[in-house]
Amino acid sequence: MTQAQARSVAEQAARLSYGRLVAMLAARSGDIAAAEDALSAAFAAALEHWPVRGIPDRPEAWLLTAARRTLGQKRARAVTARAAEPVLTLLGEERNMPHDGIFGDDRLKLLFVCAHPAIDESVQAPLMLQTVLGLDAARIAGSFLMSPAAMGQRLVRAKTKIRDAGIAFVVPDAEQIGARTGTVLAAIYAAYGTGWEDVMGADARRKGLAQEAIWLGRLMVQLLPDDPEAMGLLALMLHCEARRVARRDTEGGFVPLYRQDPAQWSRPMVREAETWLRTAATFAKPGRFQTEAAIQSLHAQSLMTGEALHAPLNRLYDLLVAVAPSLGAQVARAVALADSGAPDRALLLLDQCARQAESYQPWWVARSHALRLSGRRVEAAQAVDIAIGLTEDKAIRRFLAEQTAMDRNIG
Amino acid sequence: MHYVLLYKETAAEVGKRADPAEADAYWGGWNAYMGAMAQAGVMVGGNGLQPPETGTTLSIVDGVRHVHDGPFADSKEALGGYVVLDVADLDAALEWAARAPCVSAGSVEIRPVLPPPPQS
Repeated sequence: MTQAQARSVAEQAARLSYGRLVAMLAARSGDIAAAEDALSAAFAAALEHWPVRGIPDRPEAWLLTAARRTLGQKRARAVTARAAEPVLTLLGEERNMPHDGIFGDDRLKLLFVCAHPAIDESVQAPLMLQTVLGLDAARIAGSFLMSPAAMGQRLVRAKTKIRDAGIAFVVPDAEQIGARTGTVLAAIYAAYGTGWEDVMGADARRKGLAQEAIWLGRLMVQLLPDDPEAMGLLALMLHCEARRVARRDTEGGFVPLYRQDPAQWSRPMVREAETWLRTAATFAKPGRFQTEAAIQSLHAQSLMTGEALHAPLNRLYDLLVAVAPSLGAQVARAVALADSGAPDRALLLLDQCARQAESYQPWWVARSHALRLSGRRVEAAQAVDIAIGLTEDKAIRRFLAEQTAMDRNIG
Repeated sequence: MHYVLLYKETAAEVGKRADPAEADAYWGGWNAYMGAMAQAGVMVGGNGLQPPETGTTLSIVDGVRHVHDGPFADSKEALGGYVVLDVADLDAALEWAARAPCVSAGSVEIRPVLPPPPQS
């Protein structure tokens, strides 16, 4: 076998089983960084051995054994007196490993560790992307508006904390699993990006790792098959992802949802999202992500059929603000209210959260929208100007600039 | 694993110790809490501390002793006591921290104890 073939098999094994192997290795020691190091040493060994001796029958098991040996040797060097114990344990585990190539999956435990409340919230999503998917710090850093060096440092610090603070690799008990799952799902959604879709012309604060986040969303549905919120999150991300192409015109300009051509949406993704949403509904346990997905589903339905669905949309936004009262949800509810013919009530709602929203771009976009609908075009133009000043995305800045020009001409 | 739980109390909370109207409830709460940890067999040791104004802070700068009355810096919360627990993991330590009387009138800091250095 050639070097290239070995590389391709090793890379495939890496993609498919990276997170599983890291989780298995770290679950016993609590040391994620050591598990990652041992695994990369195992991949390097595979590239050396496989071209000469052929690809093993069970590449994943081969990698696991090689990585465990590295970990065992490392520990043996570190402690002489107690060295025999972990090495013997490891050897015992290897012997007991099932021979059909199927072994346990500790990824759920790993995800719960990454989203443990003792880990800083801002590093939870990056930590999942790195440990479960094997993304490097530089790739993750770009999506979280951080320098690669700073991101690398924070990831190292988080892994050290997990090891030294003794955070257990366990699936939380029945009493806690609901809240803890919510944290894991929120971190995955943070990796996807934020709720730009809700408000017309609202800025995405970061580009997000959309494909990777959807992959993690699918993994959660697979690992927690009875959790309707995991299905809700997957449905939500699929609805948003289905519109990716339609969100930009041929010149790269921003196209808000209400002007998108539904024919450009990915039908398979919309269909899959709807299927997950329906399955989630059979559990009769509504929650934040199911509500957000249902909102996106109604938006899609409304555009495809041309039927206005203001009343059910307003009800869903009320529900969303009740279960997850974030600033984003409150702003989105105000926009829906303005669209349904109540711009003055929308402005009242926006005034209520004005103090937290001074530099929150979607709030200014929503305010200008409601002002425009109530005929106050001069004030609307002023609000858009502030929104433009808070916008990071060039295409959205241009879109908003065109709006304010229109407001000024008419006003 | 061994964890130290550092109990931080607000001045108002510390004040309850000597307030006739509050003292019974204050000490009753702590006694019950400490008793529960001892009963569960998780407590390695620990102590309550006299109030922060009884503290003295010492530092040596350029060979000169600086002795200072009170804790090093004024802060909203002062260390009121500590325990050393032997429990399986951080979550178990957090469970015990959550039951501390000062957790809603102050805070509890949970620190893993440094393991002994490897013998060479």
